[in-house]
Amino acid sequence: MASGEPLTTTGYIKHHLQNLTFGQFPDGTWGLAHGAAEAKAMGFWAIHVDTMFWSVFLGALFLWGFRKAAVRATSGTPSGFLNFVEWIVEFVDENVRGSFSHKNDLIAPLALTLFVWVLLMNLMDLVPVDWIPEIAKLMGIEYMKVVPTTDPNATFGMALGVFVLTLYYSIKVKGVGGFAAELTMQPFEAKNPILKVLFIPANFFLEFVSLVSKPVSLSLRLFGNLFAGEMIFILIALLFSGGAILAVAGGVLQWAWAVFHILIVLLQAFIFMTLTIVYLEMAHSHH
Amino acid sequence: MNINLTLIGQSVAFVVFVWFCMKFVWPPIVSALNERKTKIADGLAAAEEGQRAKAQAQEQVTQVTNEAKEQAQEIIRRAEKREAEMVEEAKGTARNEGDRILGAARGEIEKEANMAREALRAQVAALSVAGAAKILEQEVDEGAHAKMLDNLIEQL
Repeated sequence: MASGEPLTTTGYIKHHLQNLTFGQFPDGTWGLAHGAAEAKAMGFWAIHVDTMFWSVFLGALFLWGFRKAAVRATSGTPSGFLNFVEWIVEFVDENVRGSFSHKNDLIAPLALTLFVWVLLMNLMDLVPVDWIPEIAKLMGIEYMKVVPTTDPNATFGMALGVFVLTLYYSIKVKGVGGFAAELTMQPFEAKNPILKVLFIPANFFLEFVSLVSKPVSLSLRLFGNLFAGEMIFILIALLFSGGAILAVAGGVLQWAWAVFHILIVLLQAFIFMTLTIVYLEMAHSHH
Repeated sequence: MNINLTLIGQSVAFVVFVWFCMKFVWPPIVSALNERKTKIADGLAAAEEGQRAKAQAQEQVTQVTNEAKEQAQEIIRRAEKREAEMVEEAKGTARNEGDRILGAARGEIEKEANMAREALRAQVAALSVAGAAKILEQEVDEGAHAKMLDNLIEQL
């Protein structure tokens, strides 16, 4: 709970939803924002230190673990962690083979990275909501949001990467003309050249919306699910301050919601990976 | 929940992670998996081949065993035949030998008997002469009666 703010329900929730923001204050000095208003005032040129830290930490953890497994990987009998890693790799590989029909060495590692990274970030949601923020508070850090995927910056960041790849491969595979044609010559098609030209604005509008909606929906789906899950954890955590009976009820609820949330955590990571593969498959294929 | 520089930071982190994964994580694991797949396939093929060889060997073993059994049977049969032959042969030899010994013994006996008969004859003749001399109480001319005595001996 925030040191400066009074302990109210609203304050508690707000505190939990506030990122640790580093940026430039209106007076020109740089530092960490104290509260939502200050963070907002920093504008675009500010960075969520907690989101960056946890996402990079978890991503590095994933790559470190998998790299260790990769170094030890042989054609002999696998065991322990290597077995687990191979299981995930095969799972991802099968998914990529199932939905991606072209030859591209980037897609499978991309899918693996997204799946495991998103999964790890989502799993942070299962850590009781107050643990890490309280430890951070002891270390003098005012705000700490530990689930990077509840920060739209993180999900948009990844979706942006996927979007850029989609554009890149669309142009690479179909050429600029082919890609432009895809954006303007459908869904309304005509043999007559004049009609064709007339259809261009409508086609472009529809196709552009569908193109842009892909990364937006990709990131918002993940963000929305995890944010909602986090919010429910926060609301359940409020019960702990409401007396013994409510605290026990809160404990039971937290456990139940955590169990259910495992499903969401896994499912959202899987969906993010699968949709990425599907979008890239669409970028590679001619309509 | 402001959109800010974190977006760019996340994108950069994403790119770096994907690049690292593509460069250092995915290829070794997948190549190990593929290698293992080939190895397992080879192993299974070898096992199948071994099974086939084993079946073949079993067949051969059965064949060789049967041949050996037949041969053994043949050898036993021959041995039995030879045994019977040898027994027959031994029997024949023994019989011949026995006959020979028997014949020799008979000849000996005959010879002995003849000799005894001769001796007996001579003694009877002498006794006869002595008896006759006593009966007649006279000198018998041995020369004159020798012929008669020889005839007498012949008739004995």
